[in-house]
Amino acid sequence: MNKTINQKAWFFVIPVFVLVAFNAAIPLMTVVNYSFQETFGNNVFAWEGTRWFKQILLSERFHAALGRQIAFTFIILLIQIPLGIGIALTMPKKGWGVPVCLILMSMPLLIPWNVVGAMWNIFALPDIGFLGHSLNGLGFDYNFTQQPGDAWFTTILMDVWHWTSLVVLLSYAGLNSIQPAYYQAAEIDGASRWATFRYIELPKMKKVLTLAILLRFMDSFMIYTEPFVLTGGGPGNTTAFLSIDLVKMALGQFDLGPAAAMSLIYFFIVLLVCWVFYNLMMKNEAQS
Amino acid sequence: MAKITLKDLSHSYLEKQNSNADWALRDVNIDWKDGGAYALLGPSGCGKTTLLNIVSGLLKPTKGSVLFDDKDITAFSPVERDIAQIFQFPVIYDTMTVYDNLAFPLKNRGLSETDIASKVKEIAEMLELTSTLNNRASGLTADGKQKISLGRGLVRSDVNVIMFDEPLTVIDPHLKWVLRSKLKELHQKINRTMIYVTHDQTEALTFADQVVVMHEGQIVQTGTPVELFEKPKHTFVGHFIGSPGMNILPCEIKNGEINFSGQKIQSHKNIKKSNFKKTQLGIRPEFINFSNNGIPVKIKRVSNTGRHKIIDTESNGENIKILSNSSTQIPSESAHITFNQKYTYVYGDNWIIE
Repeated sequence: MNKTINQKAWFFVIPVFVLVAFNAAIPLMTVVNYSFQETFGNNVFAWEGTRWFKQILLSERFHAALGRQIAFTFIILLIQIPLGIGIALTMPKKGWGVPVCLILMSMPLLIPWNVVGAMWNIFALPDIGFLGHSLNGLGFDYNFTQQPGDAWFTTILMDVWHWTSLVVLLSYAGLNSIQPAYYQAAEIDGASRWATFRYIELPKMKKVLTLAILLRFMDSFMIYTEPFVLTGGGPGNTTAFLSIDLVKMALGQFDLGPAAAMSLIYFFIVLLVCWVFYNLMMKNEAQS
Repeated sequence: MAKITLKDLSHSYLEKQNSNADWALRDVNIDWKDGGAYALLGPSGCGKTTLLNIVSGLLKPTKGSVLFDDKDITAFSPVERDIAQIFQFPVIYDTMTVYDNLAFPLKNRGLSETDIASKVKEIAEMLELTSTLNNRASGLTADGKQKISLGRGLVRSDVNVIMFDEPLTVIDPHLKWVLRSKLKELHQKINRTMIYVTHDQTEALTFADQVVVMHEGQIVQTGTPVELFEKPKHTFVGHFIGSPGMNILPCEIKNGEINFSGQKIQSHKNIKKSNFKKTQLGIRPEFINFSNNGIPVKIKRVSNTGRHKIIDTESNGENIKILSNSSTQIPSESAHITFNQKYTYVYGDNWIIE
């Protein structure tokens, strides 16, 4: 068959091209622009080369924020993924329990993020909040506004409450797509409950779990609103994750150059981790 | 290895049953001998998979019992029953190698590594899987995967029965034949009871010594392929088996005489009873001949299948199909036909009158 060659078809791509340019490429280019220059307002720029990048990469403040960010993301993934799978496994597969569970599970996902932060702030206040007051009543010395450990505990608990549902819903969908014959075959083969999970359910959930981990990684790595409302990054800088630190630098100190460089480094880290993780997970899929 | 008996088995997926249609299985009684090759044949929804799942223990019957060697095992789980089942599409453990897949049922039963290794090797050789033993199972083709499912059943030496639930559905046509011969060969080699569920008459008739034909939850006939062909006991068996199926024609019975289309017909036996709501005449297309006198028919269409000719005729508003050698001269437009008396049966309310 002969292909018709008609370069005019490129015109059809223009609308998408313009759209992407305005919502992604152009704003990103402004950031790139700032990251290589110094500005004093009034549209006066001075070329700085890679100075801001070097400064950020060597800055202790950035290292500390990045360290906190990695620790936070690692901890919440470690809790949310197994917990989400566990809840999905215990959810009913038919009957009236299904819609009840699904609605209960989606509730936290529907609440605006700053409301989640505010809710947990009030909930955890040591003197009047239900959680804070109860913990103190039980004899724990709990105060998330003063003690870093308590601030971390509350932030993590809030994130687990807010986002475990996403893992549950994805895992539940993955579990439901497994054909009954797999369970029947496992039963006939004499597989234990653990073996059924390990060799049937877990491999069949691989794709949805990859998705869940990626989404949870990206969201938690870029978390801003909830900890900002809950702790404001404090006490001190102990819960100032990357985004919070970035906003402080850009809008608080008006250091646009270093902030732009930090944005790009931040963006690059997220991109790199996602790419590496996705390729590792999908390495074996390509063969089959 | 065991003899399998199904006694007064009925099953319904509903809580309450009001009519016959609410039962997926009704009053099933079967005796399967040890070491036989059996097929359950019927269209989709006739209850054959339900019956299979009851034998394997995946389903508990609403009524009746399942016996292995005269021992009631109705309440036993699939593991306790020691059975193997191969499903419609290949069930394999994706993350395991072919070897680990085959070894899995043995590991779960706590066999030693050396016993497992020798057993797996033996089965892999039988199924021609030896060269792929160390590959990941998920990389195999559909027929390779189905061989693994089969292998997981065969690897255990203690299985009472191996059951196949339409195992060739997802296999390419040219491989179906290969795999089917393999099954038949395996049956002769290991001599275990095998039950094969299918809606494909060719698969059933080539695999099994005894075929059980099911229709709307009931067993309508059990017999050898030849019996099912030559003497269908129910009109359903007549038109389901054979290609084209049996001609089923309305007829009248008066004083032991059979009348069709104003003609007196001789059947294989004299008819005594006649108090039926509906009486029908059954004759296979293979057993109808053209003659100088007999039932007058109009020839509507002749199709040549290569070895045979299928002739569509009409008599008194009833369609009659005739099968003859492709060398036979077919009269044009109108003709007379006669039925071979030995293979002409009368059915009362769909069941054969004898």
